[in-house]
Order: sequence, then structure tokens, then C-alpha cells
Amino acid sequence: MNIVVCVKQVPDTATERKLRPDDKTIDREAAEGVINEICEYAVEEALRLKEAHGGEVTVLTMGPSKATDTIRKALAMGADKAVHLVDDALHGSDGLQTSYALAQVLKKIGFDVVILGSESTDARMGTLAAMLAERLDAPQLSLANKVEIDGSTIRIQRLTDYGFDRVEASLPAVVSVVEKINEPRYPSFKGIMAAKKKPVETLSVADAEIDAAKVGLASAATEVVDFAVAPPRAAGTIVKDEGDGGVKVAEFLASKKFV
Amino acid sequence: MDLLDIDARLSDEQRLVRDTVRSYAGDRVLPRVAGWFEEGVFPARELAPELGSLGLLGMHLTGYGCAGADATSYGVACRELEAADSGLRSFVSVQGSLAMFPIWRYGSAEQKAEWLPRMASGEAIGCFGLTEPDRGSDPSSMRTYAKRDGSDWILNGAKMWITNGSVADVAVVWARTDEGIRGFVVPADTPGFSAPEIHRKLSLRASVTSSLYLDDVRLPESAVLPGVTGLKGPLSCLSEARFGILWGVVGAARACLEAALGYARTREQFGRPIGGFQLTQEKLAWMAVAVQQAQLTALHLAALKESGELKPHQISFGKLANVRAAIDVARQARTILGANGVTLEYPVIRHMTNLESVLTYEGTEEVHLLTLGKALTGLDAFR
Repeated sequence: MNIVVCVKQVPDTATERKLRPDDKTIDREAAEGVINEICEYAVEEALRLKEAHGGEVTVLTMGPSKATDTIRKALAMGADKAVHLVDDALHGSDGLQTSYALAQVLKKIGFDVVILGSESTDARMGTLAAMLAERLDAPQLSLANKVEIDGSTIRIQRLTDYGFDRVEASLPAVVSVVEKINEPRYPSFKGIMAAKKKPVETLSVADAEIDAAKVGLASAATEVVDFAVAPPRAAGTIVKDEGDGGVKVAEFLASKKFV
Repeated sequence: MDLLDIDARLSDEQRLVRDTVRSYAGDRVLPRVAGWFEEGVFPARELAPELGSLGLLGMHLTGYGCAGADATSYGVACRELEAADSGLRSFVSVQGSLAMFPIWRYGSAEQKAEWLPRMASGEAIGCFGLTEPDRGSDPSSMRTYAKRDGSDWILNGAKMWITNGSVADVAVVWARTDEGIRGFVVPADTPGFSAPEIHRKLSLRASVTSSLYLDDVRLPESAVLPGVTGLKGPLSCLSEARFGILWGVVGAARACLEAALGYARTREQFGRPIGGFQLTQEKLAWMAVAVQQAQLTALHLAALKESGELKPHQISFGKLANVRAAIDVARQARTILGANGVTLEYPVIRHMTNLESVLTYEGTEEVHLLTLGKALTGLDAFR
């Protein structure tokens, strides 16, 4: 089985993240780049599917050259090879453009299953899996907390607010996963050493037959108009219980639309 | 805190080793280690398979399921383990450098095949018996004696301060023989072998420390390490382990600095964070300088080790300088935390008391000073 897992490098959520003042895109130099956490769960699920059904796991990422760190981590966890789409023309691409670019690569390298994390911690759109499925004309199975493959049939449990749905489709398909799905393994040192020798194919926009006019900041369908630094957290409100504490707390929650 | 951007010079693989060990220790050890320290326990059986599956056990050795990592990666791993607790790093050092290394380096093909894969996976735990109750810095005068009896050996004696002793499946025991000092691979279930735990320690409490008693322990000829005779056998193991220590203590020191820095930024006295006071900043600045200098020493020694040029007196330099630096950093950190610094709510007092053992084990500070004294003057002060 040909399993492709899409991963993304994001600015470390433990550090202060910034937008660039010049073009209002994410400042990828300001913070250390780390693998988007939910992508580790996607890699883990891809590895488990390979362990159960055989085949090969290919890591696919679109990102600047320093995204090789993220590729290496996925390879160290056990993926077999990687494709890195890297080109200055891609800078500032929005969700729609990213899905177009990745779909071009996926059409080129082929797949039985594409697995993604449900969203990234930087853009937080949560729409890439749906967009990819549409562009690839493949069924989308989103927010999976369980994945099973039986022959050419794929079944997932789709996490919902009220429990889960059972969703079934035939391969090839696009799956997005949530954190409840598994516990990602740590890369082993042998895996880390072996990752050096695993093939990483670097593709430019031209290599992937991506129309450069359709990607990048200039032709993006969305635009960041303005941004401001979040104000420092205001001091909390202390409610003193004088017999009416419960009412005051309820009123506070209602004022914040929590109840 | 990495003011000199030292970690940026690590390779991608070395940084991935760092991140992996840091995240493992953060997930599995840090939330529980203060409790282990308080209770005086170390869950060796639980952790060993996890450490083994990461590839931490014997990671700098090759073959037999070992990862074959370079010296810097080994050092970085020790640093991140000891940033959690010196007891955790001690467990890994003893397993890899003191128990697996002599079998890997001096053992027979049968000894290697029997023990190394199981030790690399964490299924089997090893310990190293050199120090004796009355013989610490002067191991050449050891009393433990192995006598030939036909084709067998009979061992008698006692060892002390043996990390992992009570939980070990196998002990590498060094004993005097008529042909010089030899190493023996002693399965823990051999009749006459016992390893009671040493209690009432106020340092390395999250680590198993034991005595080993050898009472007419009969071993076959195949138990002796064929590849070495003389004190250079155990000393070569100690050089491996000391290399891990001089990296490890950088982690302990960094953890203390991190704790002090976090505390100084948030603790308010006289209406402002104490980190804004000049006296506190002076302490923090000196601590950061000490941590980074120790790190540079460790990196330099790793480069020497990788090129095969590392000499024993250089390891003494690193162990001496870096352990002393770590103790000083821990004590300064403790003063910044004030009374909070003496509780297990913060890691500082745990590191500070652990480092007292680290100062003494694997060559006391005094012996390393004399080793440097000899390297400088050519005059031997203790032989």
C-alpha cells in the first residue's frame, strides 16, 4: 500500500509567534520550526497502517528549506522516504493554493491513502484535507480517531461532538486524524541514524508541474488585512462569596456567553 | 539561555537525539521523579525497556542491537537525561558504559551474543563492580580475589556503592587473580552472589545503590572477559562513563539555571520581580557563563573522542571542571529560590544533592586534580 502522510513545519508554540510586518505572512525565522504536533499522530497512524498491511510510507511536506528538520523527524520515526516541495514561488500561499500545490505532487507520486493531521497550529484552518480530497477527486474521511483498512475499503470513526460517526469509503482516499487516534512513538536512535540514508526528493514548482502563477502571496484568494499584538491578559475578577457567589459566577459566565 | 547558540552547531541528527530524549524525560520522568527521590526508589524494570526501545542503552556501541551513535549524540543524550535527574543518567551510564562496554570491548563472542542484545533492549540490566568497602580511589589494592579451581574460578570478596546492583541481571566484577586483575561476567542468580541495597542516602535517591557480596561464587572459565588483564580494563570503562558524566552535569546545571530564571522572573519582592535586581542578575549571569563554558568543554572533548584523540587526563579535566561548575550553579540557583529552593517542588535541591555523589563517583575530585597535576608537572602525587 502506498501511504502518503502530509506533515507541516510550524513555529514552536512554546515560543512567541509573529507575523512579518512587510507582507503579513508568518515569520518563520522568528521561532524555531517544529513538526506540527498533530502531524506526529498522522505519521504514527501511517506507520501502523504500514505495519498492518505492508507497503511504504512517504512523507510529503511543503515548506522552506529548513523544513528538512521536520522531514527528518518523520523519517526517524520510521517513514521510508520523503518528498519536499520547496520553492520561493510558494511563499505566502493560502489554504487553497497549498491544496492545489500538494495535489499536483500527489497526482505525480500516486497514493492509496493520504493521511493528514486535522489542522496546523499556525494557520488553524482545518480545511486542507477537504480541499485535497476535492482536488484529487477522492473521498475525504475527516477527524478520524480510528482507521481500518480492509482490502480496498477504508473505514474510520469520525469524532463528533456527540460521539462518533462510522464513515466508509473505497480507496484511494484522504484521511485527517485527531489526537485521540494514537500515541505517537518517539524516534529511536537507530531510526535517527537510519533517517540520514533515506531518500528525500526535492521538488520545485516546475518539477511538480505547478503553475507558478497560481501559487504564492500575489495570487492568494485570502488576504491578511491587518494584525495587532494580543493585549496582555487582564487581571482576573475575584468573586467574594457573600451568599450569592453562585449567582455571581453564573452571571459572569453568562456575560461571556459560556452559558 | 543558550547565549552562545551552542546547540545550533549540533547536527540535525544530534538535535533530533536531543529533542527525543528531552521529550521522553519530560513525558515519562519529570512528572514523577520528585516522588521517586522522596521515596528513595527508582523503577528500573519499568524504565529499562523504554530506554532500550529509544536506543539509549549502549547507544555509543555498534552491533548487537546498539544504535552506534557518535560521541556528541551520546553526550547530548546524557545531558538531557541528567537535566531530569542524575539518577536516570547514572542508570543509563552504568548500563551502557560500565556493564555493556566491557562485554562489547573485552568479551568473548558468546558473552556478547548472550548479554548485549538483551541489555540494549533493556530486558537485562547490568552493573559494574570495582569499588570495595575499603578500596575507593585505590582500586589496584582491591581484595576481591578469583582463584582457579580446575577449569573453574572461585570468587570471594565484596563490592560497594554499586549503581543498579540490586536490580541487575548481570554484574561485571573485577577481581585480583594470580595473573593480574581480570573481569568476570557474573549472572545475578549465581549461587553465592548477593546484592543488598544501600539505604539512607541523601543523594541520588532516585537510583539503586547496592553492595555486592561474592561468597565462594563458582564460575566457569567462559565467565572471564578474555580480552583484558590489568587495571586498564576497568579504567577504560570509567573513561567511557566519565565522558557521559561531564556531559550529563551540563544538563543538571541547565535545569537549575532554568528553574532559577523562571523563579526570578515571576517572584516579586519590594514590588517587582527579583530578576530585576542587580544581585540576582549577577548570579544568573555567572550561572549562564558556567553552564555554557561547561558545555563548550563537553563539546570539545566529544570532538577529541570522535577523532580518537581523547586522553584520560582530558576526561579528568572535563569531569572535574564540569561537576564543580554544576554544583556551583545548583547552589546559586538554590539561593535565588530562597526557601522554596529547599523543597522538592523545584528540581534544584534534588540536583544539588545528587551532584554531591557525582562529585565523588567515577573518580573523586581529588583524584582528577592529581591527574591534572601529574599531566602538568610530570610528577605523580599518589603512586
